[in-house]
Amino acid sequence: MKTRARTLSILKHAFIYTLLVLFIIPFYLMVINSFKTTQQFVDSPFSLPASIDFKNYIDAFDKMNFMNAFGNSIIITIVSVAVIIMTASMGAYFLVRHKWRINSLIFAVFVASMIVPFQTIMIPLVTIYGRLELLNSKPMLIFMYAGFGQAFAIFIFHGFIKNVPFEMEEAALIDGCNKLQSFFKVVLPMLKPVMTTVLILDVLWIWNDFLLPSLVLLSPYQRTLPLSTYNFFTAFSVDFAPLMAGIVLTILPVLIVYLFCQKRIIEGVVQGAIK
Amino acid sequence: MLGSSRKLRNAGAFAIFLGPSLLVFICVLLIPLLYGIFLTFTNYSPITETMDFVGLANYAEVFSDKVFLAQFGKTLGYVLYATVFCNITAFVLAYILTSKVKFQSPVRTGFFTPNLIGGIVLGYIWKFIFANVITQIGKAMEYAPLSRSFLTDPDKAIVAMVIVTVWQYAGYLMMIYIAGFVSIPKDVLEAASIDNATGLKKIFNITIPLMIPSFIICFFISISRCFMTYDMNFSLTAGGPYGSSQLASMHIYQKAFQSNRYATGQAEAIVLFIVVAAVAVSQALLAKRFEVEA
Repeated sequence: MKTRARTLSILKHAFIYTLLVLFIIPFYLMVINSFKTTQQFVDSPFSLPASIDFKNYIDAFDKMNFMNAFGNSIIITIVSVAVIIMTASMGAYFLVRHKWRINSLIFAVFVASMIVPFQTIMIPLVTIYGRLELLNSKPMLIFMYAGFGQAFAIFIFHGFIKNVPFEMEEAALIDGCNKLQSFFKVVLPMLKPVMTTVLILDVLWIWNDFLLPSLVLLSPYQRTLPLSTYNFFTAFSVDFAPLMAGIVLTILPVLIVYLFCQKRIIEGVVQGAIK
Repeated sequence: MLGSSRKLRNAGAFAIFLGPSLLVFICVLLIPLLYGIFLTFTNYSPITETMDFVGLANYAEVFSDKVFLAQFGKTLGYVLYATVFCNITAFVLAYILTSKVKFQSPVRTGFFTPNLIGGIVLGYIWKFIFANVITQIGKAMEYAPLSRSFLTDPDKAIVAMVIVTVWQYAGYLMMIYIAGFVSIPKDVLEAASIDNATGLKKIFNITIPLMIPSFIICFFISISRCFMTYDMNFSLTAGGPYGSSQLASMHIYQKAFQSNRYATGQAEAIVLFIVVAAVAVSQALLAKRFEVEA
């Protein structure tokens, strides 16, 4: 009985670690091959690089216009997420605290809209905003992210605020705060845990999104990181080695952040899914 | 008098608190959605600038377009396989990682990592793996099926997409299943052990019925995401070879923005929407019937 349990445990460990290696190996291959020449990579993708040469990185950095794209991605992500959190938390708060019939209708529309795939919106979106000549601008893209992010954020905030006791706000209101003050001073600080959830999910979504910015941002200097990766790949599709360095450069920022706050990120993503 | 000033105050609060949220939502989502439904009854195209009412002609075209129907069928197959394999992998991983395993937390972190990376980049990473790495292994082992890239074989390109999808989502779904495993009350499992329920029996009779909520969430997520797969499709196979791996989302994109057939593309998008909604909601309702309380 005991030996059987031990064999089982060994098998279990062997299985899970083998699978883990299979999951991680693509990253490992990207990194080692990013230091080789294209010829070395094609000949022997598994061998370690003969020397550490950053030529590919310099190449990729240059051709991707990395700093520019990185800056665009940072601005768009931060501003969009800030706008989503601000507008959705206020909206959800109002929907919870005022149980009017119209408010439950509005909430229902928000929730129902979450099932609409982006593909169903994109064609009319491009048509409308293209005709109004509002495309090709970062603020417009941020406005759109605010719209697309609204329903989910409202839903999450709504679920949380429902369980926040009214007494503290009441006390603040009696002390002479108006509604806005009591929201910002009393309610908002209590929303921190859900705010992290919304923040993490929206950052991951917007940072990695390709389709929407590819439709909205048309000129090269406005490109976000996924767009510039794409353009780099289409322009230099045969020269593998610098492309490899390009991939590493693109995913590095995310991996660094992940390394430092993995617990929070995983928790945020799971919380967002369960609710 | 008092009543009307109160109403005014309420309206003001409504505008301040809910106004911005509603404004962006209506402008970005609601109006385009309704306008999109309207578009499907016209022959709109940005090239010809026409906008005549054509009734149900676009829908008739969608359902008689053999290419679209074939690709839609392929999408259904892709969604089915990807959903099943993602969830099996995720469930097994979660099961093992909630039992006694060394280095649990870094192992979980490792499995979750692919989920952080966008579809475009994921596709490119695997393009190299399929084209250069796996073919090398195949040649070294002199094993013919592996020495030709999956991506250049019309039958296997879609298999490659399923593999990448499992790689991308298994770690994510695993985390949700882990949360489900942890929430099963210990005394129920102990009682089962006392009654001599072991191994697989315990899993099928106790664990799985108690985890129906996790299954609903995971299936809902994988189904809806797989239906919308575009980025990875675009960068990994670009729909090729010969359109063999082009999924519905990509078909819609190309119909609208490459062939400039906006109205037809939009009709396809509406069909996609209805199918996604129907499948996702009915699986949740179906699964709910098996739910039990601990």
